[in-house]
Amino acid sequence: MLPLLIGITIVCFVVMRLAPGSPTDLQTQMNPRVSAEMRERLRAMYDLDKPLHQQYLSWLKKLAVLDLGRSFSPDHRPVADKILERLPITIILNILSLILILLVAIPLGVLSAVRKDSLFDRITAVFVFVGFATPTFWLALLLMILFGVHLGWLPVSGIRSLNYEYLPPVASFIDLVKHLILPVLLSAFGGLAGLSRYMRANMLEVIRQDYIMTARAKGLSEGVVIYKHALRNALLPVITILGLSVPGLIGGSVIFETIFAIPGMGQLFYMSVMARDYPVVMGILFIGAVLTLLGNLMADVCYALTDPRIRVS
Amino acid sequence: MMKSDFLYRFSRNKIAVAGGGVVILLFIISLLAPWVAPYDPCEVNLQMVLAPPSPGHLLGTDQLGRDVLSRMIWGARISLKVGFVATGIAILIGTILGAIAGYYGKWVDVAIMRFVDIMLCFPTFFLILAVIAILEPSIWNIMVVIGLTGWMGVTRLVRADFISLKERDFVQAARAIGAGDLRIIFVHILPNAMASVLVTATLGVAGAILTESALSFLGIGVQPPTPSWGNILTAGKDNIDIAWWLSLYPGLAILITVLGYNLLGEGIRDTLDPRLR
Repeated sequence: MLPLLIGITIVCFVVMRLAPGSPTDLQTQMNPRVSAEMRERLRAMYDLDKPLHQQYLSWLKKLAVLDLGRSFSPDHRPVADKILERLPITIILNILSLILILLVAIPLGVLSAVRKDSLFDRITAVFVFVGFATPTFWLALLLMILFGVHLGWLPVSGIRSLNYEYLPPVASFIDLVKHLILPVLLSAFGGLAGLSRYMRANMLEVIRQDYIMTARAKGLSEGVVIYKHALRNALLPVITILGLSVPGLIGGSVIFETIFAIPGMGQLFYMSVMARDYPVVMGILFIGAVLTLLGNLMADVCYALTDPRIRVS
Repeated sequence: MMKSDFLYRFSRNKIAVAGGGVVILLFIISLLAPWVAPYDPCEVNLQMVLAPPSPGHLLGTDQLGRDVLSRMIWGARISLKVGFVATGIAILIGTILGAIAGYYGKWVDVAIMRFVDIMLCFPTFFLILAVIAILEPSIWNIMVVIGLTGWMGVTRLVRADFISLKERDFVQAARAIGAGDLRIIFVHILPNAMASVLVTATLGVAGAILTESALSFLGIGVQPPTPSWGNILTAGKDNIDIAWWLSLYPGLAILITVLGYNLLGEGIRDTLDPRLR
């Protein structure tokens, strides 16, 4: 855990210092009145004049108390504040899409395993392969054209309408839901294919086991065998996969939040990348990695809770 | 497995052959781009701005009146280039690190695999975006960055192969006749680990093409006027309420290409190792 965390900070730092030139150039080069002396002072302000290892250590010290520095953008707000105010939206969106993935992918995988080689299984296989190959941002565009432009059913930008403040509570909730449908659907789409394929493979593996034969031999109905004995065991490895899918979901949030103009961490990341707002980029890169680490840790804990065999060893 | 045996079994897998066909077709189109594209992909025609598909412009024109079909044909070249170079870099790094980790074991293995764990903590797309922002978006930079962030899976795979292969008799025999470490790694063990690498590489090309298109779509990949499937889609988003053809066709091209590589990769895997079916 700790070595990983330190490794993450080093990678973040190295990535950010790959830059040719100084990040303060962006603030100064367009302004003819900025003198060389002024430029030096600005560099000193951001510690950019010190040797690399000192820069890293001072960054690390601040990081320990969650001081991610101040943004280079004109508002100069603390990076931690900027990220934290946007983090909840991103996390909620990702949790919603994770739930959607589970609700769809597990039944899909189980059914296609139980009815192996049936028409249903083949159609699912086609869906899975096409799903793997579909660029989700393109699907987002198509759905925006269909539901937003042609049918006019769903809004295509932001998470709230302009008149949000004036709506009664129920209407404002519906408004929020309408805004979230497309982003959640699309970010779930990416993980759907993989998980249902994985679930199918697991289920097929479990059905072959001896204890399933035992259950059948003692005369249990097929439903009990599949849904009580097989499913539980096939579900175990899914926990690990969910943990592993966290970085993909978080990474994908950049695309969806940019397309749908959702004010989350992904959009902030994109805007900061475009503006070369190094402290914010470094902060989000770090937080993204920490979230991934937490996701994996949670998966490990859940796995140990559900599978007694892991606890023993 | 004999080569002819492999080809025979592969040819019986119709879906994989179809995937291979798509891949070969794309190669041909990319090679012949200057001859098959009906227009110059960068030729601006302000009298034909955002024209819908018609016999003159089969897939319509973009916001500068450029022919979409021609841009897509040249875009195929870009995708192919990015896919192969990026995957090449990833495979090269992944294979070397995986071979070293698996062969030498001990602290070398621990150090390399720890580094893999650290890299896997980063959402890949975040890492790519951050590096691209620093290095200026260009086709070479995105190839290198996609490659540099995509080698971890290969490392794990090759390492696992090496760990199981290095105890085999043929390796002991090679060592007994005095072969050095480098010779054993590259001449004796690596060829036996190439099968899984080949499959990963094929699937990797598909992944790299998807990533490139997403980056170009966000405006941080291939820069206009160089045509790429991703940056045509950007124009599609900007003109979402008038020009559906800008959004539909390039995405379809990406889908078919990625599907082709995926099916080919899965086909190779099934052929090499029928147990995995």
